[in-house]
Amino acid sequence: MADSGKSAAPVLELDNARISYFTRAGEINVVPGVSFKLAQGEAIGLVGESGCGKSTVAFSIVRYLGGAGRLTGGRILFEGRDMAKMSEAELRQLRGRSLAMVYQDPMSSLNPVIPVGRQLMEVPIIHQGASEAEARKRALQMLAEVKLPDAESVFTRYPHQLSGGQQQRVVIAMALMAEPSLLIMDEPTTGLDVTVEAAVLDLVRDLRRKRNTALVFISHNLGTVVRVCDRIGVMYAGDLVEEGPIGAVFRNPRHPYTRGLLECLPVLGTDKRTSPLVPIPGQVPPALHRPSGCIFAGRCKHVDPARCTTGRIETVAIPGESAHRVQCVRALELPLWQRPQVVAAAVAADESEAELVLDIDHLRKFYETSTSIFSGAESYDIKALNDVSMSAKRGMTLAVVGESGCGKSTLAKVLTGLEKATDGKVALDGSDVGGIRVEDRTSAVKGKLQMVFQNPESTLNPSHSVGFAIERSLRRLKSLTGSPMREQARRLMEIVKLPADFVDRKPRQLSGGQKQRVAIARALAGDPDVMVADEPVSALDVSVQAAIINLLLELQSTRAATMLFISHDLSVVRYLADRVAVMYLGKIVEFGAVDEVFSPPYHPYTEALLSAVPIADPDRQQKRILLEGAMPSPRDVPKGCPFSTRCPRKLGDICDTTPPPEHRTNTGHRIACHIPMEQLRSVEPIISTAAE
Amino acid sequence: MSVGTIPASTISRQSRLPGWLRSIALLRESPLGIIGAFLVAFWIIMAVGAPWLAPYDPNDNDFDIGIIAPPSAVHWLGTDDQARDILSRIIWGSRIVLTIAPMATLCAYLVGCAMGLLAGYYRGWVDTALMQVCNVILSFPVLLLYVIIMMKFGPSALNIVVAVTFVASPQVARLVRSQTLELREREYVAAAKMRGEPAWYIMLVEILPNARGPLIVDACLRMGYTAITIGILGFLGLGLRPPDPDWGGMIGAGYSYVMGGQVHMALAPALALSSLVVGLSLLADGLREISLRD
Repeated sequence: MADSGKSAAPVLELDNARISYFTRAGEINVVPGVSFKLAQGEAIGLVGESGCGKSTVAFSIVRYLGGAGRLTGGRILFEGRDMAKMSEAELRQLRGRSLAMVYQDPMSSLNPVIPVGRQLMEVPIIHQGASEAEARKRALQMLAEVKLPDAESVFTRYPHQLSGGQQQRVVIAMALMAEPSLLIMDEPTTGLDVTVEAAVLDLVRDLRRKRNTALVFISHNLGTVVRVCDRIGVMYAGDLVEEGPIGAVFRNPRHPYTRGLLECLPVLGTDKRTSPLVPIPGQVPPALHRPSGCIFAGRCKHVDPARCTTGRIETVAIPGESAHRVQCVRALELPLWQRPQVVAAAVAADESEAELVLDIDHLRKFYETSTSIFSGAESYDIKALNDVSMSAKRGMTLAVVGESGCGKSTLAKVLTGLEKATDGKVALDGSDVGGIRVEDRTSAVKGKLQMVFQNPESTLNPSHSVGFAIERSLRRLKSLTGSPMREQARRLMEIVKLPADFVDRKPRQLSGGQKQRVAIARALAGDPDVMVADEPVSALDVSVQAAIINLLLELQSTRAATMLFISHDLSVVRYLADRVAVMYLGKIVEFGAVDEVFSPPYHPYTEALLSAVPIADPDRQQKRILLEGAMPSPRDVPKGCPFSTRCPRKLGDICDTTPPPEHRTNTGHRIACHIPMEQLRSVEPIISTAAE
Repeated sequence: MSVGTIPASTISRQSRLPGWLRSIALLRESPLGIIGAFLVAFWIIMAVGAPWLAPYDPNDNDFDIGIIAPPSAVHWLGTDDQARDILSRIIWGSRIVLTIAPMATLCAYLVGCAMGLLAGYYRGWVDTALMQVCNVILSFPVLLLYVIIMMKFGPSALNIVVAVTFVASPQVARLVRSQTLELREREYVAAAKMRGEPAWYIMLVEILPNARGPLIVDACLRMGYTAITIGILGFLGLGLRPPDPDWGGMIGAGYSYVMGGQVHMALAPALALSSLVVGLSLLADGLREISLRD
């Protein structure tokens, strides 16, 4: 293989690659023509909403499109060789040796019945003819290089014995074993928790720099691309609409779609009072109905019908900026982009006046594991919620953040009565509902507390129409029937901005955002005082997410409802919450007004979380704090502070043995930590702007 | 802020048809399913149109032609050992199969769905108790169970339905239970609980309709098995009382003549039975293919 003088020639070159899928309906051209080059050691991030062709492009590079997909025009050159002309045998050689791929789900890339060490060893044995001993040595080296603690023991373990983050590290190790010149990663951190994600991203960035590997990094999250890549390519409906160095694209986005993406994305540090989210209207057109001209024209606010909707849109280079290209006829005439500012500051909920709507006091939820009389095993409790206290006033948004397994979803279940609290109090408008299952609650109470769920695919019954879903709630919660019920259902649909003719549609005829709107309408049917929203936007694309967040905020201010917003996304929480509770292992480690929680003094866990959030703004400096290990199982919670096993600021034995005291300020800010408050106050802020 | 509306053209034309018509329209995507549908439709037409389609009265003896006459222009499939027209008896016999088999399957589904929904929804001891009952029934040799039931209660259409329900409902219950266990965790079930729906409503309106895909496929297959069961019972002389035409009984009567080289008497009803069963399984395959694609 050519290994000298390669630095000039690109590792990968896509030259007007045109990709189609062939179905019963005929040829569907999903990528009309994408061109980009990738030099050795360079990393490009492909971003865009779902269905924009990011993965199709990536799979076409390795020719993994399956039976239905084909490259129908242009060329894909890898190290100067035309991929389309290679035989299957040549491809196989290439895939193992100089091209490697990492997918979203690490479990599907690992063989569950073979120990991971053996799987790593296979790479050099098969592709380089290495000996057993040699392969073993290199596999162990590689495991250490991907920063897996205790490589020897990981080596003998099976994939299911590793955590998700560890599995992904093993997959990355396997991909890098053959020292490929090109690595393709398809949403490698999407399923991981934010602290684990941060560690994997840092690892990828360091390794690719160290080994000079070219990287194609696909993500829907602009922030992760900023962390890992040098260049970014924004894809929309199969077109690479803008491509350039990270800094140039983020500071001076030229394409209206890129600008739209940045405007609808809450960036950590912005909130609802300072910068509004501007959703992109409409949705991605189906590939079967590509309009002529610019495919974004239908959603673009800068559209000039005379030029934008006729003929092919050429890609123009931005003068004065190196390698920044935009596929837009108006790219050079549009004014420079500025983050939108609010004209009039949104009125913050007046906390002092408002009444207390929701008061959670020393709430506990233990799941007792059932013990069989035969096994003789001791029964233990899984402490999903361990002494949780918080309160919310009318019209306020209370956010609960934390990584998976911290108990935030259990909290939602206990509040809504789907689960019964073990101990403690949940006062809703003064009456205790915590120990009462939903079946035993009166319909007035049920109506007062409604929920919006996470998964738009399962939130609506696929057998029932939109109208049925909303009307049924009105019938049960408001005892409405006949035409008043139908009228009220229409009104609710109007409130969530759904067209009236959606009444008869079934869920499968709706997009994810529309389903979530129906779910919100359904929750509103009972005229709730408290709306519990469990990750309502995490499954949605950013432009839709912005629209739903705006809708929730609007509803909340017009109806003066209290919202309990559960999320793992700190940017979204920072944006819309008034108060924040940070949860870890069933306990609240920090609670307070949003500004207080997101600035020092921090709880060490909050600090670590903030340092891990990928921020889609290269100008913001973020201190890095790497957390070791994983969250302990809620089965055996540490005796002292729950965070003591991973805490980078651990004081000593006291953290392991004694539950931490709670520091309280007079503003209601609470931090549960052994470190004295003065010391926590002196911590530097995690996020700072480069200009400051 | 505006909400994007899905253009009308992207919603497939078929979605405007009523549900059952849409399923049939979808079936044309599966060639095997179409063959199955045609076979089943053929037998349904025979059963419904028997009085007009059958050339003779099924119980008339044509002694002019004689017994066990081979196929001829007068009697297309020949006559049986009592000089009755075999074709007419097969056509009339289809009525029996196509009434009892769906009836029995329906009853098995009513009982099985109830048991499966209760077990899957309530779990715990309800589940344990119901599934133990099912396991006991399932552990019996099926044929022996049929024979015992028929011997005890005597051969009649009603008893065949009872016997099939008894044997098949545990199998249905298992299928429904596994579907229920999965569907009860969906968020729309939680939403239904939160608006205070009673348990029966959640089971019947929220859960059962979404399990229909695998259930319809299974019902199709099960109807075929039931047709075979009815045939077996008839063959063993435990089916309907003579002289009503019954495919199993006809095969049984013709069976003793096969050795003598006169195969048509047993072969014709045997082919009729297998074509119906094959038709039902192909239809089930076609439906499964469609449901997987959806």
